[in-house]
Amino acid sequence: MNRFSLEELEQKHSKIKPSIVWFGVGVILLIILSFITLKLEIAALISSENWKAVADFLAGFAHPTFNTKFWSKIMHASFETLAMSIIGTLIAAIFGLAMALTATSNSSKLCYTCVRLILNALRSIPELVWAAILLVALGLGPFPGTVALALHTTGVLGRLLTESIENLPAEPSRSLRLIGASKNAILLYATLPLLLPQLTSYSLYRWENNIRAAAVLGVVGAGGLGQMLYFHLSLFQTSQACSVIIAMIILVALVDTMSHKIRQYLT
Amino acid sequence: MIKNHQNLKPENLHRDPTWRHRVSISLLIILTIYPLLTATQFKPWALFDYQSAQATWQFLASFVPPKTSLEFLVELAKAAWLTIAIATCGMFMSLLLAIPLALIITNHFSISSLGKSRMAYFPFWVRQFLRWVLVILRSIPELVFALLIVRIVGLGPTAGVLAIMLAYTGMLAKVYAEILESSDRHCSNTLLKNGVSRLHTFLYSALPQCGPELVSYTIYRWECAIRSASVMGMVGAGGLGQYLDGSIKMMAGGAMSTGNEVSTILLVFVLLVACADYVSSWLRKSLE
Repeated sequence: MNRFSLEELEQKHSKIKPSIVWFGVGVILLIILSFITLKLEIAALISSENWKAVADFLAGFAHPTFNTKFWSKIMHASFETLAMSIIGTLIAAIFGLAMALTATSNSSKLCYTCVRLILNALRSIPELVWAAILLVALGLGPFPGTVALALHTTGVLGRLLTESIENLPAEPSRSLRLIGASKNAILLYATLPLLLPQLTSYSLYRWENNIRAAAVLGVVGAGGLGQMLYFHLSLFQTSQACSVIIAMIILVALVDTMSHKIRQYLT
Repeated sequence: MIKNHQNLKPENLHRDPTWRHRVSISLLIILTIYPLLTATQFKPWALFDYQSAQATWQFLASFVPPKTSLEFLVELAKAAWLTIAIATCGMFMSLLLAIPLALIITNHFSISSLGKSRMAYFPFWVRQFLRWVLVILRSIPELVFALLIVRIVGLGPTAGVLAIMLAYTGMLAKVYAEILESSDRHCSNTLLKNGVSRLHTFLYSALPQCGPELVSYTIYRWECAIRSASVMGMVGAGGLGQYLDGSIKMMAGGAMSTGNEVSTILLVFVLLVACADYVSSWLRKSLE
């Protein structure tokens, strides 16, 4: 075992890496600059005249509506949200797989880079932004929301699947090629079966993400629970809004458990 | 499996043994997907009939070329900085809440459970209560927080900062507590048994063990905060998103020249997120 003298130990412990000092200074500067630019109106929030309005606004959240007629509307919107998330994820799984296969099957470098570029572009624009743009072209309703989810998720799944195809064991496809199997046969009997577990687990994981996204997509007008929430909040009907938020939380929890159950069943 | 020899006829040999299973699964999937498709009003072919194809083409064409006048770019740079500032302030304020909360709910720093398997009732229920508060904060989407707070404090960056503060407190406190609980318990127990205060126990046992992990997670969350701050702008919480929302609404209103404005903003958006991604992964690597 190494034994240090007292001085050595002291030296060892008192030495702070300069990189850590710079990091700290940078972080503090960033925080100070941010607060200077924003000029937050926290003081106005706490001021007494505002309090009553805020309290009135928040009071509604203590009394969610449990009117059956309203809840049947909520159920309808929840189903719409659920459908958006499922269809969006399914389309994304199909297209993501197709794009990942085109990226990896072709030997040309250009094709690979192009597909990767498209996937990155799709991925780096959030669902909500996609939805807002698509609404202009497709009109209000759940369809643009579904397409928005599908576009973003295609980027994510495509990238993940490209990586997993690259990391697949090479032996099965090589032995098929050695006995003279066609390209399609290799795809069907070596690549896809090996990829299937990853495809399903990634899709389920994205489904859990997409239900959260689908729940709020409506705030830009893309249908489902989000649209209801936006509508009732705009009218300052906070007790209805609270019910919608409760429904969102339940729906998300439900999808989480379903996805967990499916995963358990499959493995 | 093969009971009688008729099945060995050559035309039966290549039949898929699980075809019944496959067909019934496919039918089941089609039956479940159909109502989902109707619920989402899924009609992609409507895009491709002659009239709407023209409209779609015009829509797409309006995106090029991106608007690149200097004034506009300077304005966008300001908005992008505003988004970063919102994310940073939000993170800072949520750290002010999350660190004390994480320290309170961590089981490792419980004095009443020293040497016993159970905690005393009062500290147990305090921890449980705070955990439930955090669960609620986490399960409400951050965009919903932004929507609510915009209605309280009005449009602008203040709403974004507060929304990030609330949403990220729930996440950070829970993960910090988990990281702290993954530290070696023996160390903190020894200190606590010798009468060291809980804060000192944290500073001298758990923090040195988990410091890098905590910092790296915080940087990762800062990156996520930039992403959510840019999206929150879409509901009026300031920054780049608010800009984008305005341009898209103008485009929907029929102002043809704004399409290329949208595409410039989108490019800045992608650039900002990519930069945050790059800086965060570089920082995390260099801290290891």
